[in-house]
Amino acid sequence: MEFFADYFRELYEATGWNFVIFYEQYEYDRFLEGMWVSIKLIFASLLFSLVVGFVGAWAQGAKSRIVRYGISGYIQLFRNTPPFVQILFFYFVLGNLTPSYDAGGYQVAYIESFGWAVISLGFFAGAFNVEIFRSGIEAVPESTVEAAEALGYTRLKSYIYIIFPLAFRVCLPALNNNLVNLLKTTTLAYGIAVPEMMYTANQIWSDNVNVSEMMIVLFVFYVGLVAILVYGMHKWEKKMKIPGYG
Amino acid sequence: MIKTITHRALCAFLLATFTLATTQAYAANDRFMKVMERGKLVVGVKADYKPWGFRDSNGKLVGMEIDMAQDVADALGVELELVPVQSSNRMQFLEQGKIDLMIATMSDRSDRRKLVGIPEPNYYTSGTNLLAKKGMIKSWSDLKGKPVCGKQGAFYNKIVSKRYGAKVVAFVNNAESKQALRDGKCVGWVYDDSSIGSDLASGQWDGYEMPLNSEDDNPWGLAVPVEEMNGIWGNFMSGMQYRWHVSGRLVELEKKWGIQPTAFLKMQSEKLMPARKHLK
Repeated sequence: MEFFADYFRELYEATGWNFVIFYEQYEYDRFLEGMWVSIKLIFASLLFSLVVGFVGAWAQGAKSRIVRYGISGYIQLFRNTPPFVQILFFYFVLGNLTPSYDAGGYQVAYIESFGWAVISLGFFAGAFNVEIFRSGIEAVPESTVEAAEALGYTRLKSYIYIIFPLAFRVCLPALNNNLVNLLKTTTLAYGIAVPEMMYTANQIWSDNVNVSEMMIVLFVFYVGLVAILVYGMHKWEKKMKIPGYG
Repeated sequence: MIKTITHRALCAFLLATFTLATTQAYAANDRFMKVMERGKLVVGVKADYKPWGFRDSNGKLVGMEIDMAQDVADALGVELELVPVQSSNRMQFLEQGKIDLMIATMSDRSDRRKLVGIPEPNYYTSGTNLLAKKGMIKSWSDLKGKPVCGKQGAFYNKIVSKRYGAKVVAFVNNAESKQALRDGKCVGWVYDDSSIGSDLASGQWDGYEMPLNSEDDNPWGLAVPVEEMNGIWGNFMSGMQYRWHVSGRLVELEKKWGIQPTAFLKMQSEKLMPARKHLK
C-alpha cells in the first residue's frame, strides 16, 4: 500500500499526472465513499426498477380498466420525460411536500436525496421494464396459459409460477440492456447532491485541478461496473436456460 | 532495486510522452497573435454569478467582468465574443484554446498557477462566508455535523468540511443550492462573501444574514494561457489590471453593479498610485 502511494506521488512529481486519490488519505476516503454510495445507489435502483417492472407488467393485464389506464399513463409519463428532469422534480417538488422534522434549524426529510434518486431512477427504468416484461409475457404461448388455467391456477398464481418465469427468460437480453442503461443513468443523481461517484469526482477534480486524471478514473470505474453487471446477467441467462425453449 | 528501476523507467517513459505534448508551449505569443489576426477576442466569463457575470432579462451576458472584458477588447481594438464557463471547466476551456482570456471570478491559487497564467496585480478579492437564517449560526464551529449547502466545484467546500466538520451538500448551480437553503434542507449556504453581500442587498433574502467573519481572503485572478504568461498576453493583462486600479475604473464598476465596496480595491489603488506621485 505504501509503495502504491509512493508510486503515484512520484508519478505526479515526475510527469504531472495527479492521481491524488491514491496517495492522499482525505481524497482516498472521499473516493471510496463515493464509490460505495454509487454501488448502493445502483443496486437499490436496479432492484426497485425490477419490482416496478414485475408489478406493472402484471397490472397491465388486470381486469380493471382504471388500473390498466393508470399503468399506461405512468409508462407514457416516465418514458417521455428526461430522467434528469424527473430527478429534479422528485427532489425539489415532491421532496418539499413529503414529511420532515426539524433538527434544530434545518429540516430533515424522511426521504432524503439518496431516497429520491432511487425512487425516480427506479420509476424511470421501471417504465421500460414494464414494457420489456410485457414483450416476454406476450411471447408465452396462449396454450400454456390455458393449460395453467385448466389446472386451476388463479390469474396471480399462474403469473407468478408459469407465465413470469417463462416470460423472464425471453426478455432477459432486453432487460440486460435496460439495466446497463440504468446503471449509467445513476450518475445524474449528482444533480441533487447525492454524493456518488460523479459528484465525488467533480469535487476532487475541482479541489486538485486534475480533471483528466479523474475522468480516466470515472471511465474505468463505470466500464468495470458495467462489465460486472453484464457478466452476471449473462451467467444468469445461461443458468436459467431451459433446453428446447427460446 | 529492480522495483525502483522499472519504476523509474515507467516515469521516464511518461515524462517523455509528456514533454512531447508540451514542447509546442514555447511559442509564447500564439494565442495573442491569433486574437489580433482574427480581430476577435474570446473571453470566458460566468453566466450565473450575479453581478460579475450573469444574463439580463434579454438573455444577454452582462456584469462587472463582462465590462472588464469589453475594456480589454477595446484596448486591443478587436471585437469581443463571450463564452459562458463554469468553475469546474474554466481552466480547461483556456488550456484547450476555446477561450483566449478568462475573467471568471477565479481565486488565485498556487495549484491553479500550474495550469493557467495569472498576471498580477489581482483585480479583486473575496473570502468565504455563510448565508443563513437570522440567529441560527453564530460561529463557524456551529456548523459541525450540520448540512451546509454549496456549489459543486468550489474550493471552500473541502475547507468547510475538513476544518469545521460541516456536511457539505453541493449542487450544480447556485440557484439549486439557494433553493435548498430556502427549503430548509441545510442550515446555510457557504459561498463567497461578495456574492452573498449582493444577494442580501437584492432584497430577496429578508430574514437571512451573513453571520460569520469571512475566512480565507483570496485574491481573484484573470487568466491567460500559461505558456503566454511571460509573453505579450500576460504582460498586456498586467498592464490592463494596473491601469484599472490606478484609474479607479474598478471602483467605478463596483459601484455600477451595486457591489459592496471592498477595502481591497481602495487599498490597491493607494498602493499602486505612488507611481504617479512625482508628477505633482
